[in-house]
Amino acid sequence: MPDIIPADSVGLVTPTTLHFDQPLELECGRRLDAYELVYETYGSLNAARSNAVLICHALSGHHHAAGYHSMDDKRPGWWDNAIGPGKAIDTNRFFVVSLNNIGGCHGSTGPSSINPANGQPWGPDFPMVTVRDWVNSQTRLADALGIQQWAAVIGGSLGGMQALQWSIDYPDRLRHAVVIASAPKLSAQNIAFNEVARQSILTDPNFHGGRYYLHDTYPRQGLILARMVGHITYLSDDAMRAKFGRDLRAGKFHFGFDVEFQVESYLRHQGETFSRNFDANTYLLMTKALDYYDPSRDFDNDLEAALRQTKCRFLVMSFTSDWRFSPQRSEEVVNALVRIARDVSYAEIDTDKGHDAFLVDIPEYLKLFSAYMRRVSIEVQDASS
Amino acid sequence: MLRPDLEIIRTWIPDGTRVLDLGCGNGALLANLRDSKNVHGYGLEIDQDNIAACFENGVNVIEQDIDEGLGNIQDKRFDYVLMTQALQAVHRPDLVLSEMLRVGHEAIVTFPNFGHWRVRGYLFFKGRMPVSPTLPHQWFNSPNIHLCTVRDFEAHCHEQGYRILQSMVVDRHHEAGVMTRFLPNLFGEIALFRVAR
Repeated sequence: MPDIIPADSVGLVTPTTLHFDQPLELECGRRLDAYELVYETYGSLNAARSNAVLICHALSGHHHAAGYHSMDDKRPGWWDNAIGPGKAIDTNRFFVVSLNNIGGCHGSTGPSSINPANGQPWGPDFPMVTVRDWVNSQTRLADALGIQQWAAVIGGSLGGMQALQWSIDYPDRLRHAVVIASAPKLSAQNIAFNEVARQSILTDPNFHGGRYYLHDTYPRQGLILARMVGHITYLSDDAMRAKFGRDLRAGKFHFGFDVEFQVESYLRHQGETFSRNFDANTYLLMTKALDYYDPSRDFDNDLEAALRQTKCRFLVMSFTSDWRFSPQRSEEVVNALVRIARDVSYAEIDTDKGHDAFLVDIPEYLKLFSAYMRRVSIEVQDASS
Repeated sequence: MLRPDLEIIRTWIPDGTRVLDLGCGNGALLANLRDSKNVHGYGLEIDQDNIAACFENGVNVIEQDIDEGLGNIQDKRFDYVLMTQALQAVHRPDLVLSEMLRVGHEAIVTFPNFGHWRVRGYLFFKGRMPVSPTLPHQWFNSPNIHLCTVRDFEAHCHEQGYRILQSMVVDRHHEAGVMTRFLPNLFGEIALFRVAR
């Protein structure tokens, strides 16, 4: 609903869908014979094809990271405050590629797509995909776009895990990895939260073993609960106190179980909005991808050994009040990289915004992000001239 | 152009070494060492303007408070650990120095010499805490909470069994003269030391 497109916006954008026929072997042992990836690009690729940046999305993200699809859009893409002309990921300097991952529900092949084997939605038959599978599929997209080496692969949270995996699996195909509010693997507590979210979906009577599409319904209540518990962990105690305190919607107690406190109203609203726009099977898949992620597993649980493959430079950023992916988890990556003499920089942003901070307009964060990316753009200019 | 005291340190550091710079500022020294001496280094810094400047200089910088220790860095990870004009501003200079010599083979520190004649004269004649171009703060807002003299530092090294491998005192223009060589604790405004355990 922008009356006019802001000057620092990438403007109106149109997604592209690419079909891939080359089978993708998956970590789970199964394979996808063919699949589609939907993506958007912002900015333009230079002649040397050296200024491309890949954006990896998090749990509930998708390809629409910046700009607007139409003048009727209420809001721009999910990372619009970081991507655009003059912004941290400056589209005057970079060619930005943002895709929806396999298993997603925004256009790329996923559980809600049609399974060519039986003409019905994949549902629970869709193979389990991992961060490594996503990275493999992203290399196919890079090939298709003629990008041999990314100037940077960038992501927050689950997206940061993809950036990290790129650095390990394809060390020559990126110059920089920007890993924000992420972790080298989930903690037991984190897996526990994901399991609560999954159970709320799996036990919803409308889930129908994942074949709810055939019953013309969806596990709405399960998705709402999953998002509510997730959302609590994305905010900090301080931010919740500041935003809601103990404020009551009606100003007095009703001594019932309907919405009374503002925080209840907010969580229900978040949950309901999410449940209308997100596929339950995708949510299950994405949380499993998070739980499984652990690049050190192939290296005797030695993160340093896993990172020894890497050649790129790293920027790691964390947020003080993020307790879902705490600064300590980011520091595990930083310390491992310092021990093996890789180029790494680290900033811990002081904020009360919790895990959500990586999506928030925090001047200090965006200033540091911009400074780093300016250097990246100068490097790729030098490399191509 | 490198700040003169940093230029002196630059000449002390051999090619191709591994360097950690505590309180690395805008990363100018590390950038220079990288370009002129093929040094692989990291800076620790807590000021976010400085961190941004390091990013732009392409210098590895880690946001970390030196007062909280260097426990995340393994023993003898670096050849040289530097700290310029910050020793007097940390909570426990003795512990920081000890940590520097744990994670590095050698430590290089610079600090304002509180034994300089002008400082002594200021306190003696005015009876007030010295304020000078090298120590511009008032007693109540000074970040310099552990000032020492050249002789104090030498005594501390002696007590701890640290070997002083190289030292220099310079005036505020970072020049060494006859007087600073002859009576360093009286005429040196800035002291530079290279020490090992």
